[in-house]
Formats: sequence, C-alpha cells, structure tokens
Amino acid sequence: MSSTPTTPQTPETGTARVKRGMAEQLKGGVIMDVVTPEEAKIAEDAGAVAVMALERVPADIRKDGGVARMSDPDMIDGIIDAVSIPVMAKSRIGHFVEAQVLQSLGVDYIDESEVLTPADEVNHSDKWAFTTPFVCGATNLGEALRRIAEGAAMIRSKGEAGTGNVVEAVRHLRQIKGEIAKLRGCDNNELYAAAKELRAPFELVKEVAELGKLPVVLFSAGGVATPADAALMRQLGAEGVFVGSGIFKSGDPAKRAAAIVKATTFYDDPKVVADVSRNLGEAMVGINCDTLPEAERYANRGW
Amino acid sequence: MTTPTIGVLALQGDVREHLVALAAADALARPVRRPEELADLDGLVVPGGESTTMSKLAVVFGMLEPLRDFVRSGRPVYGTCAGMIMVADKLLDARADQETFGGVDMIVRRNAFGRQNESFEAAVDMTGIPGGPVHGVFIRAPWVESTGAAAEVLARYDGHTVAVRQGNVLATSFHPELTGDHRVHAFFVDMVRTAV
Repeated sequence: MSSTPTTPQTPETGTARVKRGMAEQLKGGVIMDVVTPEEAKIAEDAGAVAVMALERVPADIRKDGGVARMSDPDMIDGIIDAVSIPVMAKSRIGHFVEAQVLQSLGVDYIDESEVLTPADEVNHSDKWAFTTPFVCGATNLGEALRRIAEGAAMIRSKGEAGTGNVVEAVRHLRQIKGEIAKLRGCDNNELYAAAKELRAPFELVKEVAELGKLPVVLFSAGGVATPADAALMRQLGAEGVFVGSGIFKSGDPAKRAAAIVKATTFYDDPKVVADVSRNLGEAMVGINCDTLPEAERYANRGW
Repeated sequence: MTTPTIGVLALQGDVREHLVALAAADALARPVRRPEELADLDGLVVPGGESTTMSKLAVVFGMLEPLRDFVRSGRPVYGTCAGMIMVADKLLDARADQETFGGVDMIVRRNAFGRQNESFEAAVDMTGIPGGPVHGVFIRAPWVESTGAAAEVLARYDGHTVAVRQGNVLATSFHPELTGDHRVHAFFVDMVRTAV
C-alpha cells in the first residue's frame, strides 16, 4: 500500500486501498464471534474492535452437526443496530449469493469461512466483484495468496475453530510466517519456482518477497481461548486475533473478553498478561486436535 | 535542529503505517503505550483505529489523564480518523462512556460518512500542504460537525470539514498514512520542530 498514489478525480468506493485500509484500522485488536445483539454489546463493552455475526459459534456447530449457513438477516440487522463498532458476518465458501446478501445488509466485512459448510468444493467467491471487503482463512502462504488473488483484503490463519485448542492456530501462523521468511532469501530466479510451488501468482509472490509480509493484514483465528493464547499469537506475528467460541463458551464472557483485549494490546508484557489472567473462571473445555477425525477438521475446507 | 522524537499511540490501530510515514518525514518515531513513555516526546500521533477500543484501553491502562496532560502541555498532537475523534472536545453518535483527550474545540460525528461500503478515496485540497490536493482515504470516517472560534478549518470535502488545526493540535478525517504521500506528516513534523 505504499506505492505512489493516483488520486481519483471523482470519489471511488470499494477500492483495494479502502478495503485493505479498513483491516489496517483493526490491527492490535480482537474480533469476537457473537450470535445475538446482547453478545455484541458485551463484546463492544469489553473493547472488541469488531464483532463477527454468525448463527452458531463453532463449538456449537461441531456439537449440533448439520449444515452451517449465513445468519438470519434479522439477527445481523439487530447486531448492526446494537453496536457502533464494525460488524462482520460469515458466508459459506463459494456461496457468492450469501455474500451478496451480506453486502446488501451493509456489513463492514465478509468472512468467506471454512467454519460454515462449503457451498462449492472447487471455487471460492470472486471477491473483486464486491464493494464490501472480505477476510479469508489460510493454513499456508500459497492458500493466503490464492485468496488475495481472488480479492481478499485481509487474511486470518485458520487454526481449528471451536476446539479451544491453540495448537492449529500456532501451526498455521508459523507456516505462513516461515514461508514468508523463506521468500525473503530468494533471488529473482528462485521466485518463479517458488510461485509454482506455492501455486500462487508470481506478482504476489514477488510482492511478499519484497515487503517481507503479506500485502494485506494478517490476523490469527481458530482456538484462542485465553489471554495468554492471544498474546502468543501476537508474539508469533499475528497483527490481531479473532476469538470465536473461546469467549461465549466460557464461564464469565464479559470478564474473559476484556482480559483477552488487554492481553492483545500488551502481548509482550507478561506482567499484564498475568494480571488479566487472574480469576477468569472456567475456560471453554476444549478438544484435543489429534483426536479430531479428518472429516471434522474445518481447516481442510478451502483450497 | 535535531531530529524530533514523535510517539505513535499504540493501544490499537494502524500504528506501523504512521511510524513509516513519520520516519519518511525525518522524525524519530516510536510506539508508546505507557504514561512514562510520553515524557521525552516532542509530539504525538493518535492513529486510525477503533475509537471506542482506544478510549477503553486508555482508561484501563491509566493513559487518559496523562494524554490529556500531554495535549494541555502544548506539545503537538496529530490525530487521523479515530485519532480525530480522540482530540475532539465533543462527539456525536458515540457511546455514552466514550472518553476523548480533547484539544480541539469541535464537535465530531463518528462514522459520519457511513459504513464500510461508503468508504472512499478522493482528492482533497488542504490549506498549508504544497503541491496540489492530498489523496484522501476515508474509512468509516468521521467529519467535523462544527468548530469553535479558535479552530481553523484546513480542508472540506463535499461541504463537510475534514481537517482542522487548533494551536498545536492537528486532525484529519482521512488517512494520509495509507497513501505513501508523506506531505501531511511532513507538515506535522514541521509543527513539532517549530514548537520545540
């Protein structure tokens, strides 16, 4: 985003700069999953930078089974009315009509999410076709760059949503950061082979090699349940965190939410992380990811 | 004179972009999160971000009064977008518990230009910035509803005030830090040099 600007003569909406720029404003913050206006208010009170509206938190999607879809528009309207911070909402992978509906409702960001049941097992939505920006999940650099090529304006490492177990979030973020570091050491000759290996457009691979980071904001998601988890993801290089089931599946959501916000800001200060971690009540129970059958791994959705 | 040291409030927001822009405008820039880190600063930038979050974190971490004192001390402060909200004396469309640092006698309306789908880029003529219009990036942007006698309007867009200065406090609705054009930051660094 640091190239010489060409200032538009007439105002332009939905540009890459305002889409990516919106995510820049969320950095250092926590985005919280909410399923009702009441939960959205608790999240805003706790200092969330945005809320993610969905019909069930991932832990309940796991428990209940069935097809997980976009939320009821009434619920999304209710959440938009309840808070003054940005509201995001999830569409199924490849379900561009759900995305069109979310855009028409005026949500601030659309998450084309593997947490919902995919609608298309080959194609993701063409995100350039929208004014509303998109965030997408990724488990590695190639996947992140394919999503950016499709128009994603923000990336989150996927982790394994609804488990309360941070191990997959760590794996995916380390993978993305490690692959970026590797590109930094490549000369121009090697970048062509790297693009082929990553199955990503050469221009984007070259841009990452030059910047030493993604051309969009990188958050972490999927398994953050404690303030220390959030601080861990920040220290590993996430520019902010999404917290799903970890808040509203815990014993004291308001207190835990506020604690995670504080730990995300002072992620490199163990004293602050220790202070906010006191007496938070029960964390969500959590699932061991190595006992999770392949078919129940959301991170495998998306390609 | 020596290179001025300018802090960027790093509770939340697009801190990195401001650090880059300030460095490009020949300032020594560093992120600040604690009251004691304000002591040896010559100036401060309040970045873009979520003003409700920034306000809450400032209160919880004991930064609200030190930042109000910083503004009162006359050391230059520049706020962009959420930062403009934070240097306003009064707000509209904000939560009842939203605090600001103040500094400019103005009423700012949050998200006045609309939600993200209404976010836009446009050319903006800004008083004091040489070399033609600046590239205005407006993201869920506020505007200035009205200003007191001491506040000078530096830019308007579509009839709405989007840049103001009162004494050593500067504020813009838009985000020069996202454009790679560092003229507004250079203008602020000059304010800091003059004030030191």
